[in-house]
Amino acid sequence: MQPISIDIASLNLGTLAPMLIAIIGAISILLTDLFNKEKHKSLYVILVVLFLVFDLFTLLAFNGSPDGMFDLILLDGIAILSQCIIIGGAILFIFLSLSKLRFQEFRYAEFFALYLFAVAGFQFMVSSDSLILIFLGLETASLSLYVMIAMHNKMTSIEAAVKYFTMGALAAAFFAFGSMIFYGLTGSLDLSQISAIIVQENFLSSENYANYVFILTGFVFMFAALGFKLSLFPYHVWVPDVYRGSTSAMAGFLSVVPKMAGFVVAIRFFDVFIASDDIIIKTMLYTTIVLTITVPNLIALHQTDIKRMLAYSSISNAGMAMAAIYIGTTQATTALFLYWILFTVTNFGAFGMLWLNRGKESRDYESPYTFEKYSGLVQISPFAASILAMFLFALTGLPPFALFWGKMYLVASAVNAGEIALAVIIVLNSAIAAYYYLRPISYMFLKEPIEGANKKFMQNASTPMKSVIGICVFFAIVSVLSIEPLLEMITYYITKAGF
Amino acid sequence: MENILSMLIFFPAAAATVGFMIHKDSMRQFGVVVTIVEFVLALLLWYHFDTNVAQMQFVQTLPLISSYGINYVVGVDGVSLFLIIMITFMTMIAVIGLTEKRAVKNLIITILYLEMTMVGVFVSLDLIMFYVFWELTLIPMFYIIGFWGAERRFKAAIKFFLYTFIGSLIMLIGMLYFGYIYHETTGVWSFNLLDWYSVVLPFDVQLWLFIAFFFGFAVKVPMFPFHTWLPLAHSQAPTIGSIVLAAVLLKMETYGFIRFSLPLFPDASVYFMPLMATLGIIAIIYTAMVAYAQEDMKQMIAYSSISHMGVIILGVFALNAEGISGAVFLMIGHGVVSGALFMSVGVLYDRRKTKMIKEFGGLAKNMPMFALVYAVVLMASIGLPLTVGFIGEFLSLLGFFKVSPFLTFIASLTIVLSAVYMLSMYKRTFFGELLKKENKDMKDIHGRELLALGSLVFVIISLGIYPKVILDPLDVSVQKVVKIMDVKSVEQKTKDRLRELNTVGEVK
Repeated sequence: MQPISIDIASLNLGTLAPMLIAIIGAISILLTDLFNKEKHKSLYVILVVLFLVFDLFTLLAFNGSPDGMFDLILLDGIAILSQCIIIGGAILFIFLSLSKLRFQEFRYAEFFALYLFAVAGFQFMVSSDSLILIFLGLETASLSLYVMIAMHNKMTSIEAAVKYFTMGALAAAFFAFGSMIFYGLTGSLDLSQISAIIVQENFLSSENYANYVFILTGFVFMFAALGFKLSLFPYHVWVPDVYRGSTSAMAGFLSVVPKMAGFVVAIRFFDVFIASDDIIIKTMLYTTIVLTITVPNLIALHQTDIKRMLAYSSISNAGMAMAAIYIGTTQATTALFLYWILFTVTNFGAFGMLWLNRGKESRDYESPYTFEKYSGLVQISPFAASILAMFLFALTGLPPFALFWGKMYLVASAVNAGEIALAVIIVLNSAIAAYYYLRPISYMFLKEPIEGANKKFMQNASTPMKSVIGICVFFAIVSVLSIEPLLEMITYYITKAGF
Repeated sequence: MENILSMLIFFPAAAATVGFMIHKDSMRQFGVVVTIVEFVLALLLWYHFDTNVAQMQFVQTLPLISSYGINYVVGVDGVSLFLIIMITFMTMIAVIGLTEKRAVKNLIITILYLEMTMVGVFVSLDLIMFYVFWELTLIPMFYIIGFWGAERRFKAAIKFFLYTFIGSLIMLIGMLYFGYIYHETTGVWSFNLLDWYSVVLPFDVQLWLFIAFFFGFAVKVPMFPFHTWLPLAHSQAPTIGSIVLAAVLLKMETYGFIRFSLPLFPDASVYFMPLMATLGIIAIIYTAMVAYAQEDMKQMIAYSSISHMGVIILGVFALNAEGISGAVFLMIGHGVVSGALFMSVGVLYDRRKTKMIKEFGGLAKNMPMFALVYAVVLMASIGLPLTVGFIGEFLSLLGFFKVSPFLTFIASLTIVLSAVYMLSMYKRTFFGELLKKENKDMKDIHGRELLALGSLVFVIISLGIYPKVILDPLDVSVQKVVKIMDVKSVEQKTKDRLRELNTVGEVK
C-alpha cells in the first residue's frame, strides 16, 4: 500500500485564494466588531469594498492550471469571468448601504460579514465541477441571504426571509435528490465525469431504456433545483414577495448576483444534455424558457408597484439569459455574459434609484414604491425622474442604453443559430415589457403631482451613493463604446474554458 | 467639411444638454437660435454637396463594435440631403411659431433631442446605428404627446409607442438576419449599408426580409391596416408635436423603403408591388373618405396625411426614376404643407381652444391674412399646379402610370377627394356669416405666427414654380437606386419588369 503523500504544489492553492480572501475579510470584520463596539457602518462598507477589490485583483492575476484541491475546484475561464461579474456586482451593491437614513440591519457588523460569506459561497459555486462543492457553495450563500433579508427587522422582511428559506430548502432537497440519482447511475459527482459516462454508455437513448428514465428523473430534479435559484417558471412564485420584503438594495442584489452563479452551474450542467439533442429535454427546456419569458411579463402588466414590477421583469430577463444557454453556441454563451454584465449595471441603477427615494414614513406592509407616489416626479426632481426613466428605458431594450446591446447580441445569437422563432418570442416580449415600463414613466413624466402628497424624494441619498449611480448612468449612456472591449474579454475567457 | 454630418447630428443634442442650465424664460430664444444654426448647417451641407455625384458624400466611418461589424457610418446623397434640409427647416419653423406656454424649457430640450435623432436617421449608413436613431425618436415623441397633449394623451402616447416599437423590433430581427447572411457569404461581419448593397440574395430570403422590414416601415408610414395610431396621436398631440410627426417622422419610413427595401430586395419589391400598390390605393381612397367625415379639423388633416402617404407609396413602388423622384419630392412637399396645415390649426386652437369645424364660420371677415395663408396651404395640399404639392403628386402618378394606367386613374382621385374635403372644410370655416361672438374677437395672425406661416407659404410657392433645384440632384441619386436594383435582382423576370418600367425615363 502506497503511503498517501500530498504535495502542497499539487493542491494548487492559487485556485482557492480568491474565495479565501472574501472569507478572511468576513472573519476580520467579525473580529473588528468583537473588539470595537458600535462602529459606524461606513467602516464596514469600506472594508467590504477593500476585500472585494483585493479578491478581484487576486482573481485577475490568477494564471495557472485551473484544477486544484483534488480536482474539486475548477477555476476555468467562465469561472473567472462569472466571479468577476459576481464581485463587481457585489461591490456596486454594497455602496447602497451607505444610505443617509439609518436602517436596522446596517447597525450590525454581522450583516457585512454575511455579505462577504455570500459572495464567497457564490464564488465556490461557479468554480467547481463537483456537485458536492456546488451544493455547499449554494447553501452557504443562500443561508447568508436568508439572514440578511430578515435583518431588516420588519414583518414583511421576516415573511420574505421565511418564504425564501422554505423555497430554498425545497430546492436544496431537489438538488440533493438529483445528485443522488446521478451518483447512483454513474458513480461520480464530478460533472465532467458524469457527462463523459452518459455519453460513453449512451444513457440518453431509448435503447438504454431503464437508465434513460433514471437520467430523465435526475435531470428533472436538478432542473427544478436550478429553476428555483434562477426563478424559472413555474418556480418563480417566491420572487415578487421576497423582493417586496427585502430592501431595494437587497432585492437588486438578489436579482443579479445569485443568478449569475446559477447560470454558470446551469451552463456546466446542461452542456451535455443540450449537446445530446434529446427531444424530451429540449422540449422541456424550450417550453420553460418561453414561459419564463412570457408569463411574468403578462403578470407584470397588472402591477401597481414599481418594485414588484421590476421583480417580474427580472424573472423575464433571467428567462432571456436562459435562452442563451439553450441556444448553446459560443456566441450565445458570450451573449449571456454580455447580457448579464449590462443587466447588472442597469438593474443596479433601477433598484438604486428606488433605494435613494426610500423614506422612513412607510409602514410595514405598505409599499413606498407605488406608481401614484411617483406622479409628477419630473417637476419635483427632474434629475431623479430622468435617471430612473433612463434605466427603465434601458430595461425595455431601447437603444442606445446599456441593455439594448445585450438584447441585440442575444437576439443575434439566436438568429445566427437558426432559432428565429425564439428570436421573435424574445422581441415580442420586449414589446410587452415596453408597456409596463412605460407606465411608471408616464406617471413620472406625464402626470401632475398629487395635491398634498409627500413631496420629499431622494431622502435616502448620500453623496457616495449618488456618485456610484452617476457612474452607472454615464456607463449606460455611452455603453456602446464599452461593448467591444467587453466582448473581447468575454471571448478570451470563454474560449479559454472551451465553451 | 468631413465632420459636418456629425456636427449636424450632435449639435442639437449638445445644445439641448447645456440647455438645462438656461433659465426657463429665455429658453424659447435659445431654441430659435439653435434651430437656425442647425438649418444654416444644413444649407452649408447643400452648398458643399456635389450634385453631379451619385455616390454617398461626406462619408465618415468610425469603429464602434468592430468584432460584430457595427460602425458609425454617416453619409448623404441627393435623397437624404433634401430631407435633412426639410427637417431642419420645419423644426426651425415649428420652434419659431411655438405658442405653448406650459413647461417650455422641457419642450425645447425635448425638441432639440428629437432633432438629433431625426437627422441621425437620415444620415446613418450603418443599419444598427439607423435602428438606434430610429428607436430613439420614440422617447421624445412619447413625452411630447403625453405631456403637452389633449385629454386622451396617455392613451395616444402609449399607443404610438407600442405600435411603432413592435414594428421596428421585427425589423431588427430582419437586420440581424441580413447581417448573418452577409457573414455567411463574405466571412466578415458588417452592418454597413454600402457593403450590403454588394450582396445578392436568393429570392425566398428576399421575401422574408422584405416582410420583416415592411413591418417596421409600414406601421410608421402608416399603411392601411396599421394606421389607427396616427389619427389618435395627431388629435391628442400639441401643435408642435403634430408638425414634427407629420413633417418628419412619417417621412422616415418611406425613406426607409427607398434606402433599404428597394435596393436590398429588388426581386421582392417587384413581387410585392401589386400588394403595396393596393395598400396605397386603399389608403388613398378610404382615408380620404374618412377625412371627409371628420368634425375635428386636426383629425381631418391627419387622415389626409395618410391619404397622401398612399400617393408616396405608389410613387416609390412605381420602381422607376420618375416615381421615386416624385415620391421624394412629395415627401418634402407634404412635410412643408402638412406642417403648415397643423400650424394653422394651432393658430385657431390657441385662440378658441377648439378644433371643431362647426365652431367656426366667416373667419375671412376678421382674419383676412390668415384666410389667405390658409387658402394657399390648402391648395398646395390638394395639389394645385404652381404649388409644391402638384409636382410631387404629378410625378408619382406619372411614374405609376407605366405600371398600370387604370390604378393610376383610381389613385388620381386623391386630388378630387382631397379637394372635396379640404374645400368644404375651408368653406365652413372661413366663409358664411360671422355669427359666434367669440369668433368676432379673434385677432388676425401677426408677428411670429405670420413669420412662420409666411415663410412656409414662400417655400410652397417657390418650390412649386421652380422644382428643378431639387429635382436635378435628386434624379442623379434616384437613377443610382434603380441601377442597383437592376444589378442586384436575381430573376430574369424582375430585370425585364424593371427595364420595362424604366424605358420611358430614357426619353429625356
